Amino acid sequence: MADDSSPRPGTPGRRRFLGYVLAAPTLLVAAQLGVDAADPKSAEASIPSPPEPADLMDLGDALTLAALPTSNLISIRIDSDGTASFAMPRAEVGQGISTAIAMLIAEELDLPLDRVKVTLADARPELVFNQFTGGSNTIRSMYRPVRTAAAIARARLLSAAADRWQVPVSELTARDGVITSRTGRTATYGSLAEEAASARTTAVSARLKERSAFSLVGTPQNRLDARAIVTGAKKFALDLDVCPGAKPAMVRRPPTINGTVDSVANLAAVRAMPGVTDVAVISTGVAVRGETFGQCVDGVRALEVTWHGGSVDGESDDTVLRKLKAATPPLAVPPLPGASLDAEFVFAFASNSALETNNAIADVKPDRAEIWSSLKSPIDAQQMIAGRLGLPQSAVTVHVTEGGGSFGRKLFFDAALEAAEISQKMGKPVKLMWHRTDDFRHGRAHPMCFSRIRATYALGNVVSYEQRHASVATDFSHGLGEALTATAAKLPVGDLGFSETVFELTQSVPYNFGVTTQVLNEVPLKFHTGSMRDVYSPNVVCARELVVDRLAAKMHKDPVAFRRSFLKEDRYRAVLDKVAELGDWGRKMPAGTAQGVAVHTEFKGCTAVLVEIDCRPETTGRKIPDAVTGPRVTKVVMVVDVGLPVNPRGLEAQMIGCVSDGIGLALTESLHISGGLPLEGSWDDFFYTRQWNTPTDVQIVIMPPTTGEPGGAGELGVAGSFAAVACAYARATGTVPASFPINHGTLSFVPLPREPSIPQSPTDGLDHAF
Amino acid sequence: MPQHSFKLNGETVTVEAPDDLRLLWVLRDIIGITGPKYGCGLDVCKACTSHINCKAFNPCSVPVGEFTPTDEITTIEGLADRSTGALHPMQQAWLDLDVAQCGYCQPGQIMAAIAKVRQAKAAGREIGDDDLDEIRNICRCGTYVRIREAIKTAAAKM
Repeated sequence: MADDSSPRPGTPGRRRFLGYVLAAPTLLVAAQLGVDAADPKSAEASIPSPPEPADLMDLGDALTLAALPTSNLISIRIDSDGTASFAMPRAEVGQGISTAIAMLIAEELDLPLDRVKVTLADARPELVFNQFTGGSNTIRSMYRPVRTAAAIARARLLSAAADRWQVPVSELTARDGVITSRTGRTATYGSLAEEAASARTTAVSARLKERSAFSLVGTPQNRLDARAIVTGAKKFALDLDVCPGAKPAMVRRPPTINGTVDSVANLAAVRAMPGVTDVAVISTGVAVRGETFGQCVDGVRALEVTWHGGSVDGESDDTVLRKLKAATPPLAVPPLPGASLDAEFVFAFASNSALETNNAIADVKPDRAEIWSSLKSPIDAQQMIAGRLGLPQSAVTVHVTEGGGSFGRKLFFDAALEAAEISQKMGKPVKLMWHRTDDFRHGRAHPMCFSRIRATYALGNVVSYEQRHASVATDFSHGLGEALTATAAKLPVGDLGFSETVFELTQSVPYNFGVTTQVLNEVPLKFHTGSMRDVYSPNVVCARELVVDRLAAKMHKDPVAFRRSFLKEDRYRAVLDKVAELGDWGRKMPAGTAQGVAVHTEFKGCTAVLVEIDCRPETTGRKIPDAVTGPRVTKVVMVVDVGLPVNPRGLEAQMIGCVSDGIGLALTESLHISGGLPLEGSWDDFFYTRQWNTPTDVQIVIMPPTTGEPGGAGELGVAGSFAAVACAYARATGTVPASFPINHGTLSFVPLPREPSIPQSPTDGLDHAF
Repeated sequence: MPQHSFKLNGETVTVEAPDDLRLLWVLRDIIGITGPKYGCGLDVCKACTSHINCKAFNPCSVPVGEFTPTDEITTIEGLADRSTGALHPMQQAWLDLDVAQCGYCQPGQIMAAIAKVRQAKAAGREIGDDDLDEIRNICRCGTYVRIREAIKTAAAKM
């Protein structure tokens, strides 16, 4: 799509990009998705490690490459009220892409930000691979196309004004949605929208603004939906009143993962319960539809169900770990006495459950279906639902709703599939909501994994670094898998499966550690798995950074100085230097407290994180009812370089969230598998970071533009935060943990019953009013 | 079907519902007030936090039969000034600090924060880190740092 005849990147001048003016009654402009391939980076200093695949081409590049041959158009419409509208083929789940994309459009159009409306597009099968929200890829893949479309719109509006006034375009200026002539005549974009429209579709080219001319991009902006959020007006799927007759529905689920219904003893009795309208056996359990969700809970609990076994009934934490250890690929370099270091780490299952549980509205008729849900791969959802219902894909309309968090969960569409099945079986529209307990026990989880590392060193250098990672299989059976398959021949990873491909495309060691290899092997156990915010990196990087600290100690070097001397790029050193300076690295601290530092590079960006942790008994022993307390991270400084920050305030928000995730993964947050089911069933069992574990001093520092291209942001900060907390804990306690989270060995709660699958709501809420 | 009357965001409402139906479902499924969110139904996640007679509580865990006609229930929708539309200082602080990410938990966070500030003031002290540590509302986006800042900012104006 790029016209390369104009100056190359890095030289002055403006590049032209191709787009379209589409036939429409008002101004409608479009561009194709897809970006330039990345420039390979070169390694330098120390014992150079050859570039790994992720250095040459990362997951985001692979996704945008997948989009190129098949992508269709994204379009921006200018209406007579002077607004620009864009139906974004991505999912907004809190990561702030709606606001950042609106900023790009407003910037290139010279339109006030509040006049840009970004909505979420329905599933558009013609986009094939291009409606997938994942891999922190949205801004990277949209950066040029949306700006191209907006620049074309601006140029058309200028031409329309020039025609109206019979003056050359060079005498006109565009600003804040108004075009002004040299003689002072003005016309709003709205008043020109119809004159600028085209009766036929034509290809045109546009010049994009130089980065130096940006006045909005790069400035901190608040979320465009912030007011709707704080007034309760923002609508998530279950808040929508879009489908007449869609009543609440919930599901009784099996006592083990993937168990199925043998028989139900009291179907008629439950159907006759107050408020219950329908009961149906489905592939995943027994569905109850009722007037209210409260009555569905009663119905679900009253069901007397006999179950067939599930897919992992014999599995528990220890059986899975044995299988992982057995499946860990062998190390290649032999151990060298006195000059090598071996380490092993276990990472427990962790739920990617969002605060909004899995849900969907479904209305299935004999000849068509309509679905509403927050979906990051809506085209895949549409295909699968059509297949399940026995309908052509074109008969299934899939609306993408605002999502209440994702963290990988909404890559899948378990609730949308299930809601469609229930609606078809009952012959009525439903609003399906998963109970919280089911969302933990039967929802997706980041799989347990095991990492073995061997590093060898001599004469002040690290000579080899090998990491062997074994994981319960991660399910990539959503759009990502297909996108990578389609691109496989062009990827620098050879003939690998999906998971290995993702691993190769995301994992790179930022240090010159000589011969460096990282290999993944998977154990195909039938748990409900999926990605969780940054897939492999949090675990792989935590293990690596702990080993880096140990290497530094073996070689009698300070952890920061050691990292500094081996980092491959100046950008990486810059964030490390900055974090060490701002975080006052090396300051004297009381016994039982310590600093920790870590570096992570991915998504064409990099972070350095410095944390301080308090592991003294008076802190670890602090009491909060029904909570785990333990060590407290007291301070975090994170320095982040994303190449080109589009919305620094949104980027800071993402990094704050990543810090909360990293603290939880290191210290408190895991699923315990026992007899084929996670024991966790509520947020007081699954210990995601809470206020009492939140640091009181957090500083996020965003580096000024470096590469000039926006990198990925949504997941970038998790791995470094996790690793820095782990390193700080090891330094504070003098013990390097071998298992994460560190409290996983103790079950700190009483598990909810397995049967019935969901607990009843309490009735004593007023006793706790404050 | 029993009838239940209470004041909701300044208006008296009467609904027909079973006595034991939790208020959250009366609000969401019968009345159509969707600001209070479902996050667990166990009085744990606190996403549905609302106010009863100026105190924070969780509608997921109170049967509708427990309310009386004089009980004043306020959800996030009723928090702004009803005559002028001016936002509550806590809502304004949430905007000023751009606290929200996905926004799902934030109505509950704001309602809990207001009650927590009032509780501290009633005890004769400014809200501090120990008070903030007691807030149980989950934010799975992890916005806790900005929540703490916003509460301290708003407390000065309450």
